[in-house]
Amino acid sequence: MSIDWLLIHSPALIIAVPLFAAFAMPLIKKLGNKTRNGVALATVLLIEILVIMLAKDVFASGARSYVFGAEPGLTLPSGYIVPIRILFHVDGMSAFMAIISATIALVAVIYSLKFMEKETALDRYYLLLLLMMVGMFGMEFTADLFNMFVFLEVLSIASCGLVAYRIHLADAPEGALKFMVISSIGALMVLLATGFLYGQYDALNIAQLAKELQFNFIDKIALVLLLGAFAMKCGSFPMHQWVPDTYSVAPAPISILLVVSTQVSLYALFRVVFTLYGISSNVVVVGWYLIVLGLSTLFIGVTMAIPQKDIKRLISYLGVSQIGYMLIAVGVGFSLFANPVEFEIYGFRAIEGGIFQLINDSMYMGLLFLVSGALYYRIGTRNLDSMGGLARPMKVTSICFLIGSLAIAGIPPFNGFASKFMIYETVYRFNPIISIVAMLVSVLTLAAMVRAFSAAFMGPSLPEFKEVREVPKSMILGMVILASMVVFFGLFPSLIVDNLVEPAVRALISRPSYIISLLGG
Amino acid sequence: MSEMSKIVRSISNLLLPFILIYGFYIILHGHLTPGGGFQGGAVVASGLVMVLVAYGSERFASWVKEKHLSVLESIGALGFISLAFLGLSTAFFYNFLAGKGGLFGDIPPEGSNPGALNTAGTLPLMNLAVGLKVIAGLASIVLVMGLASHYFKQGGENDT
Repeated sequence: MSIDWLLIHSPALIIAVPLFAAFAMPLIKKLGNKTRNGVALATVLLIEILVIMLAKDVFASGARSYVFGAEPGLTLPSGYIVPIRILFHVDGMSAFMAIISATIALVAVIYSLKFMEKETALDRYYLLLLLMMVGMFGMEFTADLFNMFVFLEVLSIASCGLVAYRIHLADAPEGALKFMVISSIGALMVLLATGFLYGQYDALNIAQLAKELQFNFIDKIALVLLLGAFAMKCGSFPMHQWVPDTYSVAPAPISILLVVSTQVSLYALFRVVFTLYGISSNVVVVGWYLIVLGLSTLFIGVTMAIPQKDIKRLISYLGVSQIGYMLIAVGVGFSLFANPVEFEIYGFRAIEGGIFQLINDSMYMGLLFLVSGALYYRIGTRNLDSMGGLARPMKVTSICFLIGSLAIAGIPPFNGFASKFMIYETVYRFNPIISIVAMLVSVLTLAAMVRAFSAAFMGPSLPEFKEVREVPKSMILGMVILASMVVFFGLFPSLIVDNLVEPAVRALISRPSYIISLLGG
Repeated sequence: MSEMSKIVRSISNLLLPFILIYGFYIILHGHLTPGGGFQGGAVVASGLVMVLVAYGSERFASWVKEKHLSVLESIGALGFISLAFLGLSTAFFYNFLAGKGGLFGDIPPEGSNPGALNTAGTLPLMNLAVGLKVIAGLASIVLVMGLASHYFKQGGENDT
């Protein structure tokens, strides 16, 4: 078991180990609760280590492919290349997304240890949580359009079970039902589009499809279906209503994983747009489609957030609006794709801003959801009107909430500022109005967060919260990990952009190298 | 769900062995004929569901426990993924038994033939594992639904 061996097999192991642990959960439960929690924690830790190892290697020495069930490589002894294999292809962008998923999953499990303690059937909880990880990593790594559908389904079904997990809350089944309807419609649209492409080109391999794509009428229908499905799954306007219903009823650690799963859908959207269609599609139309979606998502999300009374619904609507920033930034980048000069000047930078926003969003959204979970854990309500004065008994929690809310509003020196500033300055060169709307939304976000902070934490201490104490240590640890990352990313943005974001964006935009590294020249 | 009439019970007794044999046939011949672990498992599970409907879920639950089914389901899934892990010396899911002689290791004959059962390496074993998982999974779903319908009919509260 040398390091090389681990590296070669790590794309498969990152999927296989959580799958194995998930299936073993109902048996492990018989060994006691401590063992069960230990196995879940050990699995996510191991996956985090494997992902970081793999990402380091991918950033340093280029993309890695993994062929399932056969010797590596697609070339037959006769020299003929067959694009018909079950393939994983990990390039910079996949590795970048995998880091986000693995980190958030680790935090979610650490936080769950105490947070979920009072619930029953926790073996099923960890089983579904690990399956959710499998779905995310699968969507990130796969180089096959059909397998992307399969992993999308794995992710949706596992998330649906987890959203309805606290079935004793009256609104949990409702949120789960909405989520299930949206996910299945989205997944069927992906399947239909895959069928259209397969029928024409006899291939499912993304690289092979990208190579042969002609952008005829049927390809356009497939593009519309794929864009619609993934935009729906990432919670963009006009299909954003499921997001607050789902996020607010799910347990807090699951809410943060759901945030990452919307980002994985966003990744799939970018993969389709950049790698599958890329330059052969009408980049200006697709780019503007993303920009318009992003702008409306941004605005609707934040205006819906301001009047909310339920703290988790408020944060969820802000989460919806944050997705808009990434759509705008990447849309601007993509609409300049056919114009190499302007793309070099600010298009590339815009995409970088969007992708940097992606990782920042997962951190501060995660932090805010964990804080709202901590409040729920201690006072048993999500209603902002019945909270007050909680900063005194829950000091760490309130500081974490403050960090999260300043970061989401884009206040320096937190990470939200760094990425949003990149987006403002590049989008301003493209079209000043978009940039102004984006800044306005930032201000409104700040207004919503200030209201939430003062309602929950400021004011005199209420008599009914006399007994409230700080949350247990493992929950604090989960929040502090995310809070310190928010601060670190905000203090050293160029470090992150140069070492993480830039290789990811380079991989995302270089469609020819994706094709060549899979299928050869 | 309560017990059905004696006619239904006798007929289901008569039919059960045939359904089970047909289901296991489909599972075991998954690598030769259409079907496989999932389809065969669904056939076997439908046989079990027939018994459940004929005898009522309480009586069925006294023969087969849900927690035992859950263990069987885990064993099926673990068996499947363990077989995939065993091929890891070449690649995940590598068929390390095919063509090596021994268990399912024969090389399939060329030309038209009725199908050689002892071929295809790990595929039949994986079909068996999937079959086990599907049988246990589907049976436990229907069992729980049957028990729950009985519970609600008795006017139980719906927050348990």
